[in-house]
Amino acid sequence: MDPTFQHLYDILANQQGYIFPNEIELQWGILIVIYPFITGLVAGAFILASLERVFNVKILKATYQLALLTALAFLIVAPMPLISHLSQPQRAYEIMITPHSSSAMAIFGFVYLWYLMVVLLLEIWFDYRHSFVVWSNEKKGVMKWVYRILTLGISDISPRVLKWDKKLGYIITIIGIPSAFILHGYVGFIFGSIKANPWWSTPLMPIIFLFSAMVSGIALVMLVYMVISYIRKQNIDINVLNTIGRYLFFVLLLDFTLEGLDQIQRIYEAEESFQILKLLVSGKLYLTLFVSQGLVGTLIPMITLVFLQFTKHKFKFQKAIYFIICILVLIGVYSMRWNVVIGGQLFSKSFAGFTGFKLNLIGLDGTLMAIFWMVIPFAILAFLLWLLPPWKMVKEGE
Amino acid sequence: MGNEKLKSTRRKFIKSAAALAGTSLGLSLLNASGLLIHAAEPEDKDLPWYGIGIDIEKCIGCGNCARACKMENDVPKEPFFFRTWVEQYTVKNNGEVDISSPDGGIEGFEQKIPDSDIFKSYFVPKMCNHCYKSPCTQVCPVGATYVSPEGVVLIDEKYCIGCRYCVQACPYGCRFIHPVKNVANKCTFCYHRLKKGLAPACMENCPTGARIYGNLRDKDSELVKFLKEHITQVLRPNLNTGSKLYYNELSSEVR
Repeated sequence: MDPTFQHLYDILANQQGYIFPNEIELQWGILIVIYPFITGLVAGAFILASLERVFNVKILKATYQLALLTALAFLIVAPMPLISHLSQPQRAYEIMITPHSSSAMAIFGFVYLWYLMVVLLLEIWFDYRHSFVVWSNEKKGVMKWVYRILTLGISDISPRVLKWDKKLGYIITIIGIPSAFILHGYVGFIFGSIKANPWWSTPLMPIIFLFSAMVSGIALVMLVYMVISYIRKQNIDINVLNTIGRYLFFVLLLDFTLEGLDQIQRIYEAEESFQILKLLVSGKLYLTLFVSQGLVGTLIPMITLVFLQFTKHKFKFQKAIYFIICILVLIGVYSMRWNVVIGGQLFSKSFAGFTGFKLNLIGLDGTLMAIFWMVIPFAILAFLLWLLPPWKMVKEGE
Repeated sequence: MGNEKLKSTRRKFIKSAAALAGTSLGLSLLNASGLLIHAAEPEDKDLPWYGIGIDIEKCIGCGNCARACKMENDVPKEPFFFRTWVEQYTVKNNGEVDISSPDGGIEGFEQKIPDSDIFKSYFVPKMCNHCYKSPCTQVCPVGATYVSPEGVVLIDEKYCIGCRYCVQACPYGCRFIHPVKNVANKCTFCYHRLKKGLAPACMENCPTGARIYGNLRDKDSELVKFLKEHITQVLRPNLNTGSKLYYNELSSEVR
């Protein structure tokens, strides 16, 4: 027996019921779980930042730049798990130069570039241009030149021009909101449009992906805000936490309702695939769906958020609770991605059996690789916060 | 004042109506360009348009087809990679359905269920359905998989990026990733043989003639006669894949 196929023989020995012979091997592993997780964080963080800007929520000013930089840090990494899971990664560029118009996946590169170049980078640039100009005058040596390059040669900081910066930044935010919706709704469509897979194929998939993205992005920004404040030894503003917490609650509620609606529809219609999906959720997905996603990631945070809004507690206690809620919510959304991506491949398209999934530690599609791609965005964020510190930004009139 | 308000309401209404009309027009143009509706049309009406017929009544489950296919097409011998395979369905007296395909049926089958418990049993050979609205070619992000002018679904191995989206999109489980070439792989209808006027290996080696192929445009072809003389059905007609693999005597248990 060829040892390369040992894991497949193990799965074959443990398969339940009947599966088509080509289905023993799971095609998409943990990297495709973290891909929608990361893009979701990007879209969610951006939408939170946009809320502040478009609806002028003054209290969230403290997290505005933080949210934008978090979105950028994760967006830079977003395509990496996709590329590293390809069997022919050296051909990845083909998707950009010869995209196939009918393929949902082919559009990814363009949606991605639009979002990176037109929305995020431009918005951040308009936001920071004034500071770049001032910093390039203040700093010495290499950094002077770095900031000078970042101004792209536009060093006019007269009030009239600064007003334009603000106006254009605002327009980009307006464009950015639907773009963020498209970016993540589109990721949901990649799964939702596969008619061969009844676990994926639902028109609600893009919307569910979008709301879970907002949930995860908001939780991440709150977490980053708390950690950065702690590192910088700055006081955390409880009003900021309460406001973000309120948003988090409403979005969680919407997300929960949508996913519930999707499941109720499936259960009531009880189509051809119902039996196998019922076995899937009550068996192989029980822990990740009901416990991790439903209880730990949704119900407990929702109840706690309501509890925090209506009761008075010591500040320290509130901080700790918010911190834990954020982590639970992130675990919940990660589990949701897992349930979609891995869950959708565990049952056979013959609807008559299950294959297995063995998560490897090492290898291109292993756990360590996934952890690597999850850690890198934080390193990028640290670098961005050093290069573009929001707390040193030049305020108008200075 | 009131007049002013009315004007602004009207302006708003006209604006939203224009936006709605614009969006509808945009979407309808998208539709016309074939971005949303996907189906391969025969390019050259003079060329044959191939389809397959499988007579379940004739299949004896010998596995010759699956064996011949692996030899002819250099398919990895491990039991996880098949361009064609045979399934054995056994409906028991209590209504339970047992499906099996040990090693794709290459070595034939052994009935493990005692005769007294069996209501009925039959074999179903499976292979690529060479759909003309094939979900696998629809989703390929680079167009590496395509429908040939003769209606055969093929893969350009030098072009495939190995994203595995096509494997997910095939409702029949006909695709796999070749473990050595690291690209998508599937039945080619033995295109290399077809071009020389030879029958695909699986059909050539079927001792009972359970598998046939032919030109769907030719009224005198063996396949068209088969379709005329039998009541045939495709797999998963609800998915509207435009399957060109027609089964005779397809029982409702078969997926």
